[in-house]
Amino acid sequence: MEGHAEAHEHVLEIPHNVHPRPDTGLYNAKLGIWLFLASEVMLFGALFSSFILIRTSAPTWPRGWEFLNVPLATANTFILIASSVTVVLAWANLRLGNLKWGRIFIGLTLVCALAFLVNKGFEYTHEFEEHRYPSTSNFLAIYFTMTGLHGLHVLGGVIVFAYFLFPGAKMWKTEPARYTNRIEVCGLYWHFVDLVWIFLFPSLYLM
Amino acid sequence: MAQRKQLRVGTQWLYADDAEKLLREAIRLREQEEQRHRIEGHALPFWRQYIFSTDHKWIGIQYGFTALCFLLFGFSLMILMRLQLGWPGHAFSALKLLGEGRAPGGILLPEAYNQLGAMHGTIMVFMAIVPLAVGAFGNYVVPLQIGAPDMAFPKLNMASYWAYLTGGLVMLASFAVKDGTANSGWTSYPPLSVIATQGQTWWLVGMIFLITSSLLGSINFLVTIIQLRAKGMTFMRMPFFVWAQFVTSFLLLLAFPPLEAAGVLQLMDRVAGTSFFLPSGLVVSGQPLHNAGGGNPILWQHLFWFLAHPEVYVLILPAMGIVAEIIANNTRKPLWGYRSLVGAVVFLGFMSFVVWAHHMFLTGMGTLISAFFQTTTMIISIPSVVILSALFISLWGASIRFTTPMLFALGFLPMFGIGGLTGLPLGLATADLHLHDTYYVIGHFHYVVAPGTIFAMFAGIYYWFPKVTGRKLNDFWGRVHFWGSFLCINGVFFPMFLQGLAGVSRRLYDGGIQYAHAKAIAEQTNPFMSISAIGLLAFQVPFILNFFANVFAAWRGKKNVDDNPWQATTIDWAATTSPPLGHGNFAVLPAVYRGPYEYSCPECTTTDFVPQHVETAPAPPPAGGMLPEAAVAQREM
Repeated sequence: MEGHAEAHEHVLEIPHNVHPRPDTGLYNAKLGIWLFLASEVMLFGALFSSFILIRTSAPTWPRGWEFLNVPLATANTFILIASSVTVVLAWANLRLGNLKWGRIFIGLTLVCALAFLVNKGFEYTHEFEEHRYPSTSNFLAIYFTMTGLHGLHVLGGVIVFAYFLFPGAKMWKTEPARYTNRIEVCGLYWHFVDLVWIFLFPSLYLM
Repeated sequence: MAQRKQLRVGTQWLYADDAEKLLREAIRLREQEEQRHRIEGHALPFWRQYIFSTDHKWIGIQYGFTALCFLLFGFSLMILMRLQLGWPGHAFSALKLLGEGRAPGGILLPEAYNQLGAMHGTIMVFMAIVPLAVGAFGNYVVPLQIGAPDMAFPKLNMASYWAYLTGGLVMLASFAVKDGTANSGWTSYPPLSVIATQGQTWWLVGMIFLITSSLLGSINFLVTIIQLRAKGMTFMRMPFFVWAQFVTSFLLLLAFPPLEAAGVLQLMDRVAGTSFFLPSGLVVSGQPLHNAGGGNPILWQHLFWFLAHPEVYVLILPAMGIVAEIIANNTRKPLWGYRSLVGAVVFLGFMSFVVWAHHMFLTGMGTLISAFFQTTTMIISIPSVVILSALFISLWGASIRFTTPMLFALGFLPMFGIGGLTGLPLGLATADLHLHDTYYVIGHFHYVVAPGTIFAMFAGIYYWFPKVTGRKLNDFWGRVHFWGSFLCINGVFFPMFLQGLAGVSRRLYDGGIQYAHAKAIAEQTNPFMSISAIGLLAFQVPFILNFFANVFAAWRGKKNVDDNPWQATTIDWAATTSPPLGHGNFAVLPAVYRGPYEYSCPECTTTDFVPQHVETAPAPPPAGGMLPEAAVAQREM
């Protein structure tokens, strides 16, 4: 995603920054984001493994749906799925050379991400009002840690999409292909964030 | 002898191949000049060039310098510990440096001993050796060896250095917080670490920065190696050092996130009062702990060792890569079994993910799981032996140049051998019952990492110093450094095996003299080991002086070697100047025509090596060795 310092753009050209290397079929950032996602799989994999280990060794385990807000979380699931669609549409429009609709869809993705965070904020506030904290039980500890870490990933997406919606979009004028690549790479990350939620939702709220 | 084609250039008749060479050289020089011109025309401001630099070479130097400082600092902590271990309860003026809170009257307190131990391990592993092996050597050498203009993501590269420095500074700052720094060992086992003083929280925050740095760095290395190899640099033509870095980066990429997860969970335990690692019914200092309970301390050990075993290979693989380069260069022969080395290093990388629980035989995992991890541990020793054997066999029949880097590389081989072989009893559950958590373990992994990896790091510093500065380090003082260090370091670590076999536990404040079974051997060996450690410190002085004297001379622009002083074949030496150009490495991106170790090739006549970027061997071309038509056309312009 990151290129090279602007000051010597014409001196130092990193190969395959925009166009794929023929023998690997990838441009640099796309390979980079896949590797990053591999490490993310290990991160959340470790957390899910810890979750499984603690749950299987616990004599009793609370049912999430008895006190968590399932309808709101369901709504959040659909919001995230919708945002995965809009981010693909943004990329597709940019590929077709349509910046206006590309930006509209980036904006919609951003709105979805913000809506998700707002809903999550309501959920957290409700838990705190009911005096349910991370220290209350291991279920709540896992609930807050994992959804919190996922929320940080969503927040990261918000920052990145906001950047590419406004200041980052300047790149379209000079290097449209590279801008399109950046949205593709963000989209890959965003699908992953979505996918983590698809795992979190049933395992915390429904089981 | 076949007829050589002649042609006229200006007024002279030249052989076609000679003319070709002259022309190539002229083009190369001109492009190099133009490149210099362009770079100087766009001189960066000081802070962009030397502080927030995006040039992989300068970032490599930043990493190297910072890591060497941490290496010395971590070593000094160990010297303070060895003073206490050698002469327990004795007052030392050196210990007064720690302040009245830690060493009243120069006598070390047990709490302070624990702090020193925990931070010695943390600093050496995460802030000294990994940044030196991967951050410094990887950053500086890998792009040059594969013919890349820089790393794939230069800004990310800068970010990973600054994340590393931040993590390091957080760790250092934690010495100043109330009740001192982390004191639960470098492994930070809960529940002790969760109820420890607040230094542990700083440790966790520092670790999260260090992990982030490694993650960013490893992604960068992998993309660079996969995407930015020069034309003709196929995977099987990459120098073994690059292969070692490649596998290392995969280990960092996939093994560190579980520790990050574990760090987050422990941070939650400490800050938010959760009980991930705290079992029910915990009583601390006679008081029951008010927590939800139901957590599992063993979970931390699984997550920690899932990282920390691959981490062992992160420490050793770049070292093997450096040693392989130096051995090939100084034996003037191709490495023996390059393909089996590559196969072994890849297999080693895979296996390193399924051996972690051999650190946990004493946790009562059950015999079936112990048997599984014992088996995988025995299997992983095979690729290690393949690599070490290939390096040993490479020496066979060579007329070895005993240069300073070669001495360190040769020192590495038996030292790593001792470290590796003493690991086998630890990998077998039965033997491990006796040896677990004794000084035998300390001896084992220090043989791998200290006279093993650190010697390889020194070998690398002596070897690549001319690349970085255009100067060779002084050979005589290099030899003093090597032989002194070699003798002293064995004096420090070998007695640990004897102590461990006698059952002396690690992490004892007094070295074991309070226990009847340990008293005799501890009193016999500990003073000798401590004196050896001080000797080891003394023998680093020639290196430090040698290093800085030459850095200053280079800074004043004095070169004392040519571009390829070791007559090496890899393109980091052969295709660039020493030191390389500013931002951007090669005057012209090189193309690669051959494998990395073409030394003493049968067709060589004038030199005994053929660099990777040379298209034809420097011998009279065989019959029909006509130039391509394109080159002829270009020459006649």
